[in-house]
Amino acid sequence: MKITQISVFLENRKGRLHQVCDLLGKAGINILALTIAETEDFGVLRIIVDKPEEALAVFAAEDLVARQSDVVVVQIEDHPGGLADVLAVLQQSDVNIEYMHAFLGRRSEQAYMVFRFEQPDEAISVLKKAGIRVIENDEVVQL
Amino acid sequence: MIWKSDIEQMEKEPLQELQSERLRSLLKYLSESNAIYRERLAEVSDISGVDIQSIDRLPFTTKEDMRDTYPFGLFSSPEKDILELHVSSGTTGNPTLVGYTKEDLDIWADAMARSLAVAGAKPADIIQIAYGYGLFTGGLGFHYGALEMGLRIIPTSSGQTRRQLKIMQDFQPRILACTPSYALYMADEARDLGLNTRESSWEIGIFGAEPWSDSIRKEIEEVWNITALDVYGLSEIIGPGVAQECPEKNGLHVYSDLFYPEVIDPDSGEQMPDGKPGELVLTTLTKRGIPLLRYRTRDIVTINHSRCGCGRTSPRISKVLGRTDDMIVVRGINVFPSQIEHVLMEIEGTQPHYQLVVDRQKNNMDSLEVLVEVEERFFSDEIKQLRAFQETVREAIQSTLGVGVKVRLMEPRSLERSQGKSKRVVDKRQFNQKEDQ
Repeated sequence: MKITQISVFLENRKGRLHQVCDLLGKAGINILALTIAETEDFGVLRIIVDKPEEALAVFAAEDLVARQSDVVVVQIEDHPGGLADVLAVLQQSDVNIEYMHAFLGRRSEQAYMVFRFEQPDEAISVLKKAGIRVIENDEVVQL
Repeated sequence: MIWKSDIEQMEKEPLQELQSERLRSLLKYLSESNAIYRERLAEVSDISGVDIQSIDRLPFTTKEDMRDTYPFGLFSSPEKDILELHVSSGTTGNPTLVGYTKEDLDIWADAMARSLAVAGAKPADIIQIAYGYGLFTGGLGFHYGALEMGLRIIPTSSGQTRRQLKIMQDFQPRILACTPSYALYMADEARDLGLNTRESSWEIGIFGAEPWSDSIRKEIEEVWNITALDVYGLSEIIGPGVAQECPEKNGLHVYSDLFYPEVIDPDSGEQMPDGKPGELVLTTLTKRGIPLLRYRTRDIVTINHSRCGCGRTSPRISKVLGRTDDMIVVRGINVFPSQIEHVLMEIEGTQPHYQLVVDRQKNNMDSLEVLVEVEERFFSDEIKQLRAFQETVREAIQSTLGVGVKVRLMEPRSLERSQGKSKRVVDKRQFNQKEDQ
């Protein structure tokens, strides 16, 4: 139900993202979704990968600061207002979103939204009740 | 208990009389026994009129004096009377050498016995001394004081943590003496072994030889279920036993009949009033081997002359707030890296790696940037939390220093290390000056 997302602290400097992605590539870890939140001098790389435990071990070996957090992945209907419908459900139930980012499923060619909620369990039940598709843990690598 | 209650509770006037009497005999002894001091004291006018209130008429002694006269220039006793030598590694040039006569070892034992009593020890208590024994003065200083008081001693010295823990469990010592970081290290080890640290036999911990904050105190007290107290000393003066914190936890008592403290402005040499930070200057009133007059410790403290809740009248110094020697001046304000260290410790409990970068901007204003390596325990995946952390650190440093700073979060191990510690100050202004010439 809740999906593991890994966040990594990175200094905002040239080539840094390449180095980190290269580490994952060499370890045979596939990135399913990615976003970067950045400020002037640092950024937080947030990724969903096929092998989260291994990714954490790779980062630890490189002295990178990383942590895992639970996110909720939701399928978004591919028509105008698709995302707005989901957000409306959340807003009506007073569920607070910390942040969100989008990705496209490779096989399904569907759009998905990654949400970080303060209270993920509550958000999941609200979404499900409204008939919105919430992605299960083992499903995410298949999308 | 108060070990030397007649002296430690003496009223101001009789204490000053005692100090003045001891100062005058020290001056006589130095003039007779030491060529360097003889020359310096010859320049002091009306030297027979000097008393403790006018001690500021006398010259300072510095670390450089000790280094320049290495090894025996500042010794006042014949070498045959020096029974024990201690050497501390110098970061530049000669090491610091100190020597003790029989009288000096007695003074040390007395001062350390007073310290143990200040911390709450009583005769027949068992003490585990986990400071290093050897050239470092920590282990032996505690040892002599414990003998003097009649404690039962387990001289474990430092290291071999599992054995330290086994000894604690088997012999149930009431007192632990070691560095604060070692107390925390032992707690980690104990947890790995599955021990309940709160059930330790230790009730009192006497910690020193490195700077530590109140939040580290809380952590140690919590994990070991003990009272954690600070001890201060430096080998040039005697070793540990110059000052000791009592359970009131409101400053460290200085045995001012033995080691007379002054707090001065490091630039002007003027005396600072109670509560205002300045450099601690100490005069050894009774030592024989290597007595020092107005020795500049380079440690920044405040002093408090009021009577303590524990009943002692001896003046109290604060924890060491900083050092004069790694001081940098930014926009006319004195900044000690240790002040920033202190702030970071207060916020984070332990000390993250950090670096100060001072630069001169185009408008000739100095900028101060504090680089802090991000650690797992304060990393968040949310930018706003990282920003909030950055802002907390910035505000705390700014209000401590009274100078504007920028805080930049860095990746772990990105700051340059020297001997395991991050290099604390990078002053780019000096490089600019060199290029200009």
